[in-house]
Amino acid sequence: MGQGRQNVLVLYLANSALDSPVIGWARYNGAGATRHMSGDSDDPPYASGLDALRDGWRLIQASQLLPHARGEEFDLAYLKYEFFFEQWIET
Amino acid sequence: MDRDVTDQELPLLSDEQMASFVARGFLRFDAAVPEDINAQFMTEAGEPPEATAGRKLYSAYGEFLAKNAIPEIAPGTALYEAYPRGGAVERLLGLPLVRGALRSLLGEDPIFDHHFLHVTFPTRYHEAQGGENVSQHTHQDSTIDPRLSFDVQVMYYPHAVTREMGGTRFIPGTHLRKVSEVALGRYQNIRGQQHMVCEAGALLFLHHGIWHGGGVNRSDRTRAMFKIRMRASGSQKRQWAARHHPRAESQRPIFYLKRTPPQDTVAAILMRPEPWFEQDTGRLEFLNRIKLWRYLTDDPTFDADYWMTRVENGVTA
Repeated sequence: MGQGRQNVLVLYLANSALDSPVIGWARYNGAGATRHMSGDSDDPPYASGLDALRDGWRLIQASQLLPHARGEEFDLAYLKYEFFFEQWIET
Repeated sequence: MDRDVTDQELPLLSDEQMASFVARGFLRFDAAVPEDINAQFMTEAGEPPEATAGRKLYSAYGEFLAKNAIPEIAPGTALYEAYPRGGAVERLLGLPLVRGALRSLLGEDPIFDHHFLHVTFPTRYHEAQGGENVSQHTHQDSTIDPRLSFDVQVMYYPHAVTREMGGTRFIPGTHLRKVSEVALGRYQNIRGQQHMVCEAGALLFLHHGIWHGGGVNRSDRTRAMFKIRMRASGSQKRQWAARHHPRAESQRPIFYLKRTPPQDTVAAILMRPEPWFEQDTGRLEFLNRIKLWRYLTDDPTFDADYWMTRVENGVTA
């Protein structure tokens, strides 16, 4: 494979703004030996999505804002404001 | 089963405990099960075989489950007739606290769905078969379940659980979301998540929808948790020590407040946000809690902080 590895950070924010607070998070490291997993930390790695940008993470995907289907306006399922970030680590 | 406590004498849940269950999806009771039942359960459950190089962990696990004294029970069995008389689980289910909580949440004569002895192995078991010791992905049990009524899952911790041993991880307040089992496995950590660290004999009574997962066991001993799922056989409405009469309760002032309102009322409990609430859908969580409280109190007019009144005004015009 190539001369680098990807680290992925997923942040779930309190609303669609990147500078809103982090309410959930996940990390998957393709580089290095650190293995993140469910339940491995109770404190978010960043206070907001903007803080992640300032620390060098590159935003690669953000969830869309979708209209609410008639009759299902109050139904809740998955977390709504999901942002994927990456860091490319040269090896 | 404790035959000395009649149904009329059961310690039923209070309005405040029921409201907390509706809002957060769980009730926790520490030191609920006496030590002699915990010891009996551990004897009946037995010890899993020690890690052996090259031996498949989950085939050894399966053999262990097949050989221990916990019975195989068909779903649909009456809960209080499901377990052998005098066995640890039958004795646990006979505890007044357990019977009172189940009566309050499920009504009379709950029905057994399934049970399982969850054993979480320390690192050496995984290393022996060349595997990785990781936590379980967060999930909601069973499958998409759009009901307003609910099943209860009792999680029983027969021995002390330290943080190093992992413990069950659960996220209070997630139970009203309609998701598909482990589709949410990507959510590694959520603000407000709790880890079940406890002394022997702790019980969790969970709404079937609460998001949870087994924590990774970094200690040197196996961790056991016994789970029983059960459902109602009849009405779940006003089965607890219900004193709350929503129709008689006036709405409390909202937003512009001169002083901190009482925090121990049903309305205050139902309107208490969780740390992970999104700013907009947190309000929908409040609406869904109100709907569940309406269902349980059999009062379609109940409201808290005007959330339902506002969106229902004029709907029949």
